[in-house]
Amino acid sequence: MNMRGYLLRKFFQTVMTIFIVIVFNFFLFRIMPGDPVRILIRNPRVSAESLARVTQQFGLDQSLPVQFGIYLRDLFTGNLGHSFGYRQPVLDLIMERLPPTLLLVGTATVLSIIIGVALGVVLAWKRGTKFDVGGLSLSLILYSMPTFWVGILMIMLFSVYLNIFPIGGMGMPGVFYTSYWGELAAKLRYLFLPAVTFALILVGEYALIMRSSLLEVMREDYMLTARAKGVTSGNLLRRHALPNAMLPMVTLIAINLGFIVGGAIQIETVFSWPGLGRLMYTALTNRDYPMLQGLFLFVTVCVVGANFLADILYRYLDPRVKS
Amino acid sequence: MSSLAWRKDGLVLFKKNMASFWGIYRRNSMGLIGLAILLLFALMALVGPHLVTYTSAVEGVEKMLLPPGGRHWLGTDDLGKDVFAGMIIGSQVSLLVGAAATAISMFIGTVIGLASGYYGKTVDTLLMRFTDVFLVIPWLPLMLVMAALLGPSLGNIIFVIGITSWAGTARIIRAQTLSVKERPYVERARAIGSGDTHIMTHHILPNVFPLIFANTVLVAAVAILSETTLSFLGMGDPTRVSWGMMLHFAFEMGAVSHGAWWWLLPPGICVVLVVLGFTFMGYALDEVLNPKLRRRDR
Amino acid sequence: MKLLEVTNLTTYYKLREGDVRACENISLALGRGEALGLVGESASGKTTAALSLVKLLPDNASVKSGSIKLDGREIAGAPEEELRRIRWKEISIIFQGAMNALNPVRSVGEQIVEALKIHEQVTEKEAWRQTRALFEKVEIDPKRVKEYPHEFSGGMRQRVMIAMAVACNPKVVIGDEPTTALDVMVQAQVLQLLEQLRREREMGLILITHDLSVVGETCDQVAVMYAGKIVESGPTETVFGKPAHPYTRALIAAFPDIEGKRSLAVSIPGNPPNLLYPPTGCRFHERCAYAAKVCREEEPLMLHLAEKHISACHILNGRVKH
Repeated sequence: MNMRGYLLRKFFQTVMTIFIVIVFNFFLFRIMPGDPVRILIRNPRVSAESLARVTQQFGLDQSLPVQFGIYLRDLFTGNLGHSFGYRQPVLDLIMERLPPTLLLVGTATVLSIIIGVALGVVLAWKRGTKFDVGGLSLSLILYSMPTFWVGILMIMLFSVYLNIFPIGGMGMPGVFYTSYWGELAAKLRYLFLPAVTFALILVGEYALIMRSSLLEVMREDYMLTARAKGVTSGNLLRRHALPNAMLPMVTLIAINLGFIVGGAIQIETVFSWPGLGRLMYTALTNRDYPMLQGLFLFVTVCVVGANFLADILYRYLDPRVKS
Repeated sequence: MSSLAWRKDGLVLFKKNMASFWGIYRRNSMGLIGLAILLLFALMALVGPHLVTYTSAVEGVEKMLLPPGGRHWLGTDDLGKDVFAGMIIGSQVSLLVGAAATAISMFIGTVIGLASGYYGKTVDTLLMRFTDVFLVIPWLPLMLVMAALLGPSLGNIIFVIGITSWAGTARIIRAQTLSVKERPYVERARAIGSGDTHIMTHHILPNVFPLIFANTVLVAAVAILSETTLSFLGMGDPTRVSWGMMLHFAFEMGAVSHGAWWWLLPPGICVVLVVLGFTFMGYALDEVLNPKLRRRDR
Repeated sequence: MKLLEVTNLTTYYKLREGDVRACENISLALGRGEALGLVGESASGKTTAALSLVKLLPDNASVKSGSIKLDGREIAGAPEEELRRIRWKEISIIFQGAMNALNPVRSVGEQIVEALKIHEQVTEKEAWRQTRALFEKVEIDPKRVKEYPHEFSGGMRQRVMIAMAVACNPKVVIGDEPTTALDVMVQAQVLQLLEQLRREREMGLILITHDLSVVGETCDQVAVMYAGKIVESGPTETVFGKPAHPYTRALIAAFPDIEGKRSLAVSIPGNPPNLLYPPTGCRFHERCAYAAKVCREEEPLMLHLAEKHISACHILNGRVKH
């Protein structure tokens, strides 16, 4: 099997890309106009002494290649910098905020894939009917809305007017729950709206792609062969159509990873969800550059890595792909 | 054969393309709706601000957060400013940024795509690796970080959006260039010794143009969404009103918990409509370019 | 009693503009172990006629009338349930395997096993064993049962299709242009294999093709179709030796003879008619060299010319002077 060779090649490419990203990240924060030191300090009335000290501390008085070397060395020891705003190592903060983001993004992705696929199948089935047209229109409209705005609308409707869900946050600190289920239910209440909103944004595209993919697959010759063999319509869909139609979905999910990051930032900001997205927003507002640099690198590397995994998955699912 | 003859060749193709182009486009109702929406907003942006009676000046405490009614068709914001006026004035910035950013993005994308497809080999590999990196980096964090470093101004936002969204275009243009490159008249031009830039501008470009046009529309939609999102997240120019800035202030000032829907809905709806306009146009253009999608007229 | 008797089969496709009369009043008969060739140009209705037998038609198509008797049993009006049992087990189809007739994401063995498990009461293990045996029969290495369709060449894919088609020991096998996309050498091998299987299992074979030489080689009977109707049918030797219908003659003339004199291949002028608005009278009259007024007005009836040799043409019934 050529899988090994393919894996190695892709892995090498991924490592290359990550390296380019690291270099890019480094230069991004150096090339930008404005004296880096001033950017770091922001206090206009700092003394020349402090300035000199900070410059030396951050190695900014060294030449660029040396700085890059220091940067690389720091990376390998897991040092992503020190946040100004929080006065904590960036990596620590990232690790702290990672689980909530994973929870939110994970739930939303799973939801949107399940609903998207189901909806796509139904739309393909009812192709041309009013239901189909309605579904397509709705998907299109959702697709055109800014993610954060959908979040705002959802909050206004469900939290403010209908008062079913909390306005934001991930739970109330310091509250004790009498039962395990009680705690779970409470946590779900906070998770529900942001996750559903996020899923809503993604569902439209997934349903659309699933629909067109399925329609194409149904036209293929092997579907006729399967019918000729006497396969029941249920199995026709499940064992013949879907496995083929799902392939473009995997590619789509991979392509969407960048979009998901952008979406997470917006959703977490609007819903005050304590994850990486919110962390980035705070860092932006406070011009916390070390935080920004560390977060940006972390997030980008994650996306590149996820792309790699998606590639492997696709290769595993579609036996036709050869190197 | 003089170079003038070749220029006519490309121009004739161009004109021929445009004529049949419009003929097919006309028949697509979606495309016409999209065009209508965009023209409406263009009108709003150009003429609107001159017709609006309420300026953006602060009115006074008694006028804070009024729901729609009377002289304020869409109510007022937390500073007493008329929301309707803000929406009209804001259209200028939103559309301007969208247009300018799109122009930059399309320019970069087209140049890179053309060069990559035409020259091939090392140039192609290098440029495509470069493009791939931009494709894989998540767009919003990149834009946010760049905007944060550069500082909030209209020029910077236009620059940031333009410089981060060209990758998709580059790929598409490259693919088309590769196929056009093989066509007979290009070979002829090369045979008689035409320069590379000449060939690219007079032979390849006119044939790639319809694709560029279709792609521009989609990039524009993304640019508008990007500006709105950037402004909402605080990276916009606070001295200029745009739809995104309106939403930013609305959110920051607690319009949500106050239930001030009149402040939150209009700017968003405007964005959605403009994006839909571009998307509809995009579908219609898709049909024009891809004969397989066209509906047969019996 | 014949194995398969089709009488006056008519199938229409429903379009927005009207009905496409894909095949009309098709009558065929197939005996046990016999091979029938169904020839005609593309869109002559041959595939539609064949697929109508097991109602394997798209949603907008319907069998308007006709009787289909399999072993004396009427299956024309059978409900979907029963049809699913008949499909493959009694009537199977060999599609053009060179195209996408096999599911690309499942191994070839899996697809044969699927057919076996639907129709025969076998365990998983037994099904795979039978599949491997089938592979041997069609001369493919049984170890390759777990491989995927794209790993096989066109000719081998066709053999897989044949293996799959005979897996449940059907009574009738329909080959829809099974050799069209293959080169001549492979074509010969595939035909030989079909022949062998047919004789061993006494299967009826309906071979749909536009290639007369294939029919000449393998089929006892032949039916010539044009624009959805059968214009001539009978024993292959008779029809090819003494073709009665102008269309049949033209077809045979269009086929270059490797042994005969050097001459230009004569093609039939014109195009097949649009079956949405079929021509009046005889459907071939627009392209027929002998067409007369009556051909435009009246449809010729089927005439018995000799033992089992029938054809429909106004020349034969004397209405037109030849």
